[in-house]
Amino acid sequence: MVADILTGVLVLLGVAGFFAGSVGLLRFPDTHSRLHALTKADNLGLGLIALGLAFQAEGVADILKLALIWALAILAAGTAAQLVARSALEDGASGEEDAP
Amino acid sequence: MISTALDLVLVALLVAAALAAVGARGLFAGVVFFVAYGVFVAIAWLRLDAIDVALAEAAIGAGLTGVLLLGAVGHLTRAGAGAPPRRPAIPLALACAGISVMLGWAFLSLPDAPGLQVPVAAALPGSGSTNPVTSVLLNFRAFDTLLESIVLLAVLVGVWALAPDAAWGGRPGLVQRVRPDGVLAGFGRLLPPLGLLVGVYLVWAGTKQPGGAFQGGTVLAAVWLLAAMAGVTRAPRVTSLVLRIALVAGPVLFLAVGMAGALGGSFLGLRPDWAAALVLTIEVGLTLSIASALALLVLGPPERAA
Repeated sequence: MVADILTGVLVLLGVAGFFAGSVGLLRFPDTHSRLHALTKADNLGLGLIALGLAFQAEGVADILKLALIWALAILAAGTAAQLVARSALEDGASGEEDAP
Repeated sequence: MISTALDLVLVALLVAAALAAVGARGLFAGVVFFVAYGVFVAIAWLRLDAIDVALAEAAIGAGLTGVLLLGAVGHLTRAGAGAPPRRPAIPLALACAGISVMLGWAFLSLPDAPGLQVPVAAALPGSGSTNPVTSVLLNFRAFDTLLESIVLLAVLVGVWALAPDAAWGGRPGLVQRVRPDGVLAGFGRLLPPLGLLVGVYLVWAGTKQPGGAFQGGTVLAAVWLLAAMAGVTRAPRVTSLVLRIALVAGPVLFLAVGMAGALGGSFLGLRPDWAAALVLTIEVGLTLSIASALALLVLGPPERAA
């Protein structure tokens, strides 16, 4: 019961993180601030969702898998963000033309 | 109730992503929406409990095809080709709608029977695998899988045929320039061991659970590509003997097992007492060939002199 409430609250907070990241991606003016919004909010959002789901896990193995997924996502997102940021710097792009 | 809502949202996202991919203004945007569409399709297969298909769709449909299309967009941009001229979309839309209606009609007129599930389940013991999908792919319908693995080779031959004469014998793809202490170089060292583990596990598990040569091979190809892009390793020359052995290992092993079966009475037939070992042997060979062929397809033909 307590675990279910904790899961609900944490997953909702995580969804809020994803929502904030998406709003930032759509509203921020240039590539670098958009990346900032996306990576920070998404990692936090995914982390909160993984933490929330951990309360529903059957055993330690499931919790470790959730943690691994989160860690890998952070690693990949961080690397991709660095690469996109450097590519945008080299192009001197303001990011206006690649708005979604 | 909640799962129905989830499915409806998924269907809406699927259709929206498909329309966005077709109607996108630029090629790049179209490819990005196509990848998103592939991810939604994979989730849809997951919702239908078709985990094997979901894995294949995520790895090959969204991942590999997306990378190939992005590479093609890059080549077109570098070659100075602009976006293709926009043709009137109405005939195309009518054709798509017609095909959709026919598919929908075909689906609705399917008999309400379990299909081939019962005969497959009955023949499962002695097929060499406890995963019905693997049994179908490598035993009951092995001929299809054999031809697929050969088609993959033929495609690679086609890509390599695009190499200029001067570049033949060189290493495929462009030169990767990576800052030695940069983020990409670090990522390229950190992820491959883990990716290798996942890829090999997918193949090994494929004989009993969802997984197999195509899914595992795609993961291994991605690991190799990441290592190549991060400058950790270099792609071998297209004339490399080791590379060519890896490329033909799967089809050759498959054919050899098939011929051995022919001596015993039926081409590609697996003896029930040997089937498990033979299925695993074919899977390992296919994985090697699929992983190297897919990675080389992404890298493209050799572009610089040997």
